[in-house]
Order: sequence, then C-alpha cells, then structure tokens
Amino acid sequence: MIDYALAFAFLCFGIGALLCMWRVTFSPTLPDRILALDTLVVNMIAIIVLFGMYHGSALYFEAAMLFAMTGFVSSVAYAKFLLRGDIIE
Amino acid sequence: MIFDLIISVFLVIAGIFGLVGSYGLVKLPDLMTRLHAPTKASTLGVGGALLASMGLALKQGSLSWHELLITLFLFLTAPITCNFIAKAWIARNADPAILPPTGTHRTWATLDLTEEPIEPVLTPPGKPGRPS
Repeated sequence: MIDYALAFAFLCFGIGALLCMWRVTFSPTLPDRILALDTLVVNMIAIIVLFGMYHGSALYFEAAMLFAMTGFVSSVAYAKFLLRGDIIE
Repeated sequence: MIFDLIISVFLVIAGIFGLVGSYGLVKLPDLMTRLHAPTKASTLGVGGALLASMGLALKQGSLSWHELLITLFLFLTAPITCNFIAKAWIARNADPAILPPTGTHRTWATLDLTEEPIEPVLTPPGKPGRPS
C-alpha cells in the first residue's frame, strides 16, 4: 500500500515541478520567475524526501536540508537584488 | 498495518496539496494571487511528505528528528520569501494608484525610518537599475 501511495506522491510532485518549469519559462514579470523557482525548490525537496523513503536511507535528509537552506537564501537574495539593486547594503 | 494506512494517507494528502500548489501557480491570474498557492499549499504538501517519512522511520523502529527540522525550516522561511517577492513586485510592477496610501512619503516596498519628507526614488517599471 505504501508503494502505491509513494508512486502517487512522486507523480503529483513531478507534475508540480513541470508546472513550475512552465511558469519559469512563460511568466509576465520577474518576481513571478523567482516565485516559480522557489516553488520548484519546494517540490524538489519533497521529491528528495520521497526518494529517501523509497530507498529506505536516511542520507537524503541531509541533502533535503541543505537544499532547503540554499533555496531560501537564493530566493531572498534574488528578491533583494530586484528590490534594491544590491544584496548586502 | 495501521502504520501503513497512516503513512499512505499522509503521502496521498501531501501529493494532492503539492499538486494543487503548483497548479495554482500556473492557473491564477496575478502575482499577488499567485503567491498564495505555493506558500500555503506546497508548504503543507512538503510537510505531509515529511510526516509520512517520519512515520516510516518510526515503523522501522527508529525515531528521527531531521524531518521535523526540515518542516520547521520550511514553515519559517516560506512567509519570508513570500514577503520579499511581494515587495519586489510592488517596487517594480505595481501601479501606485491602486495601492492604499502608506501615510509616509515612501512606497510600501521601502522601509521608512525618517520623519522629514523625502522625495520617493522609484525606478520606472520595466527598466531595472539601481534605485539610489
């Protein structure tokens, strides 16, 4: 039963990542692209965690944690650059 | 058996919420409405996946706290990212006529700590550059 649910969750988050890539490619403004990249990072974290569940390994949580941190910092840096023209003032 | 059921329910709920969040990103018409979908639904979806992972580790006889750490981090950082993106959109693309007055001499996207009137320095939309 877990296998079917895991396959369903993989499918959902994979389609979600594809929709985010569509939004990154075709979006009217630049903050839209930042938002789509941030959502892509969130979907990728979910896929990494599901992959760790699929393989039964605890190694992937470190990768997910690092990915969450870098995704947050890069999104904030990008938005800050658009907002002020500089990242650290 | 009951663990399997709980983990499966969490996984299905997580998948549906994640898909709704990403579909809302494509479907909704405006950035300010589009911000709702990923910051709420996708974050909740990832939280569900992490809870399912925690349940699987508990079923195999070991309790791990990494998932709670990731969940806490995501739930803390999603509103901050949302706020920054909204401010960037206000500073670049928003029409100042549709925004309510701030009561100061700056727009919503900049922090105002001064009392004396300062002329607002805005870059026109569509033309990026340093605002100073």
